[in-house]
Amino acid sequence: MRHSDLTTALTDRTAKTFLGILFGAVIIVALLNLLVPADSGLHVSSYTVSLLGKYLCYALLALALDLVWGYCGILSLGHGAFFALGGYAMGMYLMRQIGDRGVYGHPVLPDFMVFLNWEELPWYWHGFDSFGFALLMVALVPGVLAFVFGWLAFRSRVTGVYLSIITQALTYALMLAFFRNELGFGGNNGLTDFKDILGFSLREDSTRVALLIASAVALAGAFVLSRWITGTRLGRTVMAVRDGESRARFLGYRTEHYKLWIFTVSAVLAGIAGALYVPQVGIINPGEFMPLNSIELVVWVAVGGRATLYGAVIGAILVNYGKTVFTGVMPEAWLFALGGLFVAVTVFLPQGLVGLAKSLLKRKRQPDTADKEADHEPA
Amino acid sequence: MPRVLLLIFMLLGVAGTAVAQTTAEPAGDGEQSAPDVANTPEVSKENSLRASLAKFKSRDFDIKAEAIEEIARSGHERGEALLQALLDRALLHDLAGDRIVLGEQSEQGWALRDPISEEDVGSAEARAARPVIINNRLRQQIRDLKSITALANPNPIKRREAARRLVGNTNPAVLDALRARQAEEGNSLVKGVIDTALNIAVLRDPDSQLNERLNAIDAIAGNLEPAVSNVLRERIQQSDAIAERNAAERALKKIDLRTERYETADTLFFGLSLGSVLLLAAIGLAITFGVMGVINMAHGELIMLGAYTTFVVQQIFPDGHEWSLLVALPAAFLVSAFVGIIIERGVIRFLYGRPLETLLATFGVSLILQQAVRVIFSPLNRTVVTPDWMSGALQINPIFSLTYNRLYIIVFALSVFFALQLVLKKTRLGLQVRAVSQNRGTARAMGIRSGRVNALTFGLGSGIAGIAGVALAQLTNVGPNLGQAYIIDSFMVVVFGGVGNLWGTLTAAFSLGIANKIIEPMAGAVLAKIMVLVFIILFIQRKPRGLFPQRGRAAEE
Repeated sequence: MRHSDLTTALTDRTAKTFLGILFGAVIIVALLNLLVPADSGLHVSSYTVSLLGKYLCYALLALALDLVWGYCGILSLGHGAFFALGGYAMGMYLMRQIGDRGVYGHPVLPDFMVFLNWEELPWYWHGFDSFGFALLMVALVPGVLAFVFGWLAFRSRVTGVYLSIITQALTYALMLAFFRNELGFGGNNGLTDFKDILGFSLREDSTRVALLIASAVALAGAFVLSRWITGTRLGRTVMAVRDGESRARFLGYRTEHYKLWIFTVSAVLAGIAGALYVPQVGIINPGEFMPLNSIELVVWVAVGGRATLYGAVIGAILVNYGKTVFTGVMPEAWLFALGGLFVAVTVFLPQGLVGLAKSLLKRKRQPDTADKEADHEPA
Repeated sequence: MPRVLLLIFMLLGVAGTAVAQTTAEPAGDGEQSAPDVANTPEVSKENSLRASLAKFKSRDFDIKAEAIEEIARSGHERGEALLQALLDRALLHDLAGDRIVLGEQSEQGWALRDPISEEDVGSAEARAARPVIINNRLRQQIRDLKSITALANPNPIKRREAARRLVGNTNPAVLDALRARQAEEGNSLVKGVIDTALNIAVLRDPDSQLNERLNAIDAIAGNLEPAVSNVLRERIQQSDAIAERNAAERALKKIDLRTERYETADTLFFGLSLGSVLLLAAIGLAITFGVMGVINMAHGELIMLGAYTTFVVQQIFPDGHEWSLLVALPAAFLVSAFVGIIIERGVIRFLYGRPLETLLATFGVSLILQQAVRVIFSPLNRTVVTPDWMSGALQINPIFSLTYNRLYIIVFALSVFFALQLVLKKTRLGLQVRAVSQNRGTARAMGIRSGRVNALTFGLGSGIAGIAGVALAQLTNVGPNLGQAYIIDSFMVVVFGGVGNLWGTLTAAFSLGIANKIIEPMAGAVLAKIMVLVFIILFIQRKPRGLFPQRGRAAEE
């Protein structure tokens, strides 16, 4: 294969193009926001900065799903749960940062706990005043959940549609649980009213730009990491599992271990995406666990094209841009458009936009041998 | 004949009142007017009723109590309505005319009607009339009197209800009435309730003998009326006789035991009804997913379409609440089946053998259907009127009753299930469906048009979803999100029961329904749901093919 170690994963043409465009765009937006005066036509509003940051978080989430769906054939309909758990971990840190500036002015307890007449902080809220601990939890909580869930599921060979449906049930169950006030995560309203992160106010433009850059760095890091993983021997085995699980098992591979491993990595990436998402949108609530969100995420990847990584990123950004435009201009039509997108992509574009572009390019270059160069496309 | 007479006399009476008023005589309540007909029994009855009513002008509650007693005993056909009006604060003292009238609040004050003839007798300003004031004692008296009247009702169900209202009552007049009724009562159920009431009266009576009381306790042991356990608890605390206290304790224990047993029955009934709802929602899916192997995420929306069809049918026949369901059932079947066939021919047909893609595409369809309903019917919930024969409950005993709507749902779900079994087992279509689902290639070689069979099977499953929608419309709100609420549950039921096995779906639906209702009182509704979901997730890990897995070559994919 073309890349087998970290340096090639960083320096081959696809990686260079991807990272170049990503950082180029982010730096231009950052500069236009910070240096150009607000009344100039070239100024980029801080709303746009946050919006872009949000898209990048979605892109990271899509990348995480592409890793399990595109490369391992596991269609998870519950990746939104890992995203939301990462978001809640970050939200808890941000809640603790509010300190006594809340509405009720309690030095330790967040507002919603005071409102519910809670006497003291539940045990699982301890430690979240430290940023390092929160970061650890951002990765650990989704990772452990994915590990336990995957261990149970893959070991007993739950595959295909069954796995999709129980992942959906997982996120649905978590949604119901997080809606409960008794769970101690703010119930229906979730966590909100954040003030600052690491001492920097979330309202400042510079903080927003810094979060945007952090999102870009995380996305780039995840991209390089995923490319590296898919290039290693381990990644190749994962793809073998996707294309013929029984065959890979008969060849002596413990397929469930490979699946579990890639599923856990993917969940951690989704958790990081959630953690970057929360400070930029300013709220996390149980709505993030809605099964609809997780399925929408699948469509981002499907639109972009599976098993290419950058396809997932392109899909996430395009679909979400479409959503922003649509919900602004005619909100009723968005769900029609999204539904139509689901049908159109699965029926007419099974390889997504990237697949479409590839086949168009191939036809242009060498009209008769279009099919020869089938890359790593799913079965 | 007597009615016509009465009417004539009433008209005369009113005419007399009118004459009396025009001749500027002091306007009373009309009891002295129309003297020329005062000798007939109807009129004298009416006059005495008016005289009783006039007592309500007094502020003394004892006098009012007397008046209530007189009205109840008068036997006049307006008596009951007048007492009800008294309870409803609709009986007024018109201060200007110094008379007792019926009044309704209107914009200007009060619209007044004659208490007996119900004729319009003008109006009064808000301050010029005030409702006749009664206290709790009088209210209780009126209720007792009404129940006593109802004890003579020809309908035994009404008599039993009236007797149950009087259980625990110690008013001597009530007890006399109960004893009188006990002597002539023919219906054993009514008699049982009256006995209970009298036994409780014995226990409450400070002058009763010990062995009388012991007999009474024996007679009411195990009775589930709340008043019985109250009186037994009283006796345990107040009685001086050890024998009586022990007897009362034993009786209470017996009651607790029975209560527990009926509470279990209640939970089971609720579980069964929830199970039927799950069965109805999942059974269409058991066909499309279980038999055809198609993941149809739009299944919930097909249920929703059925519910909206019920709503539309009711809009078309606004007066037909009692029978419009019978129109809605086939209509919902056709609407959902039609939409289902369109989905199959338009989308799913291209995706056979690619389950994950089918899942995504049909999810897209579900979003479109939801949004279409939101645009057409508004995002707000619509209400579907429940027909009268579905409301109410079958009261088995004081703590256990079966509500009719749940009862019908259980029956309905089971009939749909067995009808479907018949279609699959006994018809040509069913044979073809099973053939195609087992081996498409061979089935085609035998001359079965598999495309047509697929479309029809999908239409059948979708149509059943529509029928489920009609039933669900009676239980929950009809809104665009109706389907979403059931889709995950339905999949869980089908997967838990074992794909491709209708009996498995039945077992799974009822066991999940009952499990949910057993956990609910311990953990709350939401937690119960979560626990059931977690249980299924764990269960699928142990038995990935459900409770009743398909065996043989067809099971291998």
